[in-house]
Amino acid sequence: MSKTDSQSRRSFLAAGAGVAASMLARPAAAGGNPANQPPNVPEWTRSLGEGVAVRPYGKPSKFEKDVVRRDVEWLTASRESSVSFTPLHELEGIITPNGLCFERHHGGIAEVDPADHRLMIHGLVERPLILTLEELKRYPRVNRIHFMECAANSGMEWRGAQLNGCQFTHGMIHCVQYTGVSLRTLLEEAGVKTNGKWLLVEGADAAAMDRSLPIEKALDDCIIAYKMNGEALYPEQGYPMRLVVPGWQGNLWVKWLRRIKVGDQPWHTREETSKYTDLMPNGKARRFTWSMDAKSVITSPSPQAPIRHGKGFTIVSGLAWSGNGKVKRVDVSLDGGRNWWPARLDGPVLDKALTRFYYEFDWNGEPLLLQSRVQDETGYVQPSKAELRKIRGVNSIYHNNGIQTWHVQANGEVENVEVA
Amino acid sequence: MVRSRMSKSLKLTAAALLAFAFSAPALAPQKADAKGGPRYHIGRAPTADEIRGWDIDVRPDGQGLPEGKGTVAQGEKLFMDNCATCHGEFGEGNGRWPVLAGGKGSLTSDNPVKTVGSYWPYASTVFDYVRHAMPYGNTGSLSVDEYYALVAYVLYLNDVVTDQNFELSRKTLAAIKMPNEQGFVMDDRATSEKSFWQKDPCMKDCIAPVKITGRAAAIDVTPEDGKEKKSRGVE
Repeated sequence: MSKTDSQSRRSFLAAGAGVAASMLARPAAAGGNPANQPPNVPEWTRSLGEGVAVRPYGKPSKFEKDVVRRDVEWLTASRESSVSFTPLHELEGIITPNGLCFERHHGGIAEVDPADHRLMIHGLVERPLILTLEELKRYPRVNRIHFMECAANSGMEWRGAQLNGCQFTHGMIHCVQYTGVSLRTLLEEAGVKTNGKWLLVEGADAAAMDRSLPIEKALDDCIIAYKMNGEALYPEQGYPMRLVVPGWQGNLWVKWLRRIKVGDQPWHTREETSKYTDLMPNGKARRFTWSMDAKSVITSPSPQAPIRHGKGFTIVSGLAWSGNGKVKRVDVSLDGGRNWWPARLDGPVLDKALTRFYYEFDWNGEPLLLQSRVQDETGYVQPSKAELRKIRGVNSIYHNNGIQTWHVQANGEVENVEVA
Repeated sequence: MVRSRMSKSLKLTAAALLAFAFSAPALAPQKADAKGGPRYHIGRAPTADEIRGWDIDVRPDGQGLPEGKGTVAQGEKLFMDNCATCHGEFGEGNGRWPVLAGGKGSLTSDNPVKTVGSYWPYASTVFDYVRHAMPYGNTGSLSVDEYYALVAYVLYLNDVVTDQNFELSRKTLAAIKMPNEQGFVMDDRATSEKSFWQKDPCMKDCIAPVKITGRAAAIDVTPEDGKEKKSRGVE
């Protein structure tokens, strides 16, 4: 959000707190231009608007211009190997709009000409294969809705509350419907030899990201996707094709996928040795921590989405997900985890996908310490940050799925805090 | 349609049926292969040349290493010309660019410095990564011999090799042991974090009342107005 926007919001809230009682009694005229409000008739009712196809590819209303991806400049040395964040606090349901899906590149966005792109499958296979995009599209299709979470999502929060907004603390995630070919289908077409136990998957961008993927996962539920939410992948999401590895850390979801090599051992590439290994307090590091554990966050109220309506009926909206299956339940606490109340899951509850939850209550205007806690179908309960740190310390960078606390103040402002 | 075609083909001789099946392989998935799945016969086999152009990955056992060689001394000059601007002359890293050398013994400290020498388990990874993705912004611009020399120099900066005349090659690289090779364990969350699986999570009076112990607003590094901010971050 821009400074002016946040300042005007603050001053509005400050003014609102002082006159809360009188505002309740007034008609719903909180700001705006009275000339456009009843009893007057606004310009958009008196004259014609734009015709069809004036906007051949539609965009959100200009009044939604603040619903955008944002980045944190001090996080990385360059924009081409960096990350932007999904504005979770502005979204509802479980599907992320394509233009808002967070980005994570290691060599910038490759602008790939689909006519020249090739996918090669070789190594320990009976029949090495090279495919064009059009040929890939001739294989039987599958459609799956899955979340894709960066292993470093919430990583800046290991040592304490740092970034003020769920876009920044939890926004390295998106959830879309992918269309593509089951990886299993292509591996069967190529005929994996009996000693083929691992896949090297590699992208066509300047980082030529390569990762090792075990054959069991490759034959289970992985997809080579060429559509997201019905349309072609966006360039920043790997156009014309990417790997989808349901439930597993985003780094494995290789974009601009160009090569799959079957081998009998893992490769121990840079992205699974130097990076995406999790340093523990004893100086040893976990490797191949692929799955993303159950996690949840309240998206509203949150620091970028304060309560502006004063006390009364209040909706807590949030997201829960698990890389190990479906969300079973979500609980919400108003007092920092001392007492919990069941939340309501709304909409589809899908395997390894975002799940929307709501908790509605009557806010009496007193400060709150809001938390959410998910349990997945394996019985795993989202731990507190203290429980995680007790085992892992604070230097593991990745896989922070600890419970988030929002401090809702009496004036409706919300802050990212730690409690103990 | 399918049904009527089938009833027609039933009237054909067995020989004609077979000919039909073999002449139109794309009409339907063919017989299952050894792995049990159908085959579609879409796409073609890559040529040996096509595979050679892209097949440049290497493994810790040396599989994939190309023929070639380069010495530490050769690598030093290449490093100054191609790498030092970001990584520093001694691999110490400029600004936020990655530190390549040093940090030995820091992995249990409050601020671990994870470098090639202090953290990376395999020398093969350095070669694989540098050849795939470096120099940043000019990927693949050096020759195989130059990549060997560069990697030799990075290993020298980390005291993994100590002789300026050391020559890195397919043979010598695969024999190198990195200091932290034993520093990694397989993901053990299923056992080490077993306590996170619970039957019925607590709902009432679960913990003593809590107080706020840390506040993001006090740290004040959230982007809001484009001001330059520095703080702890992830790489």
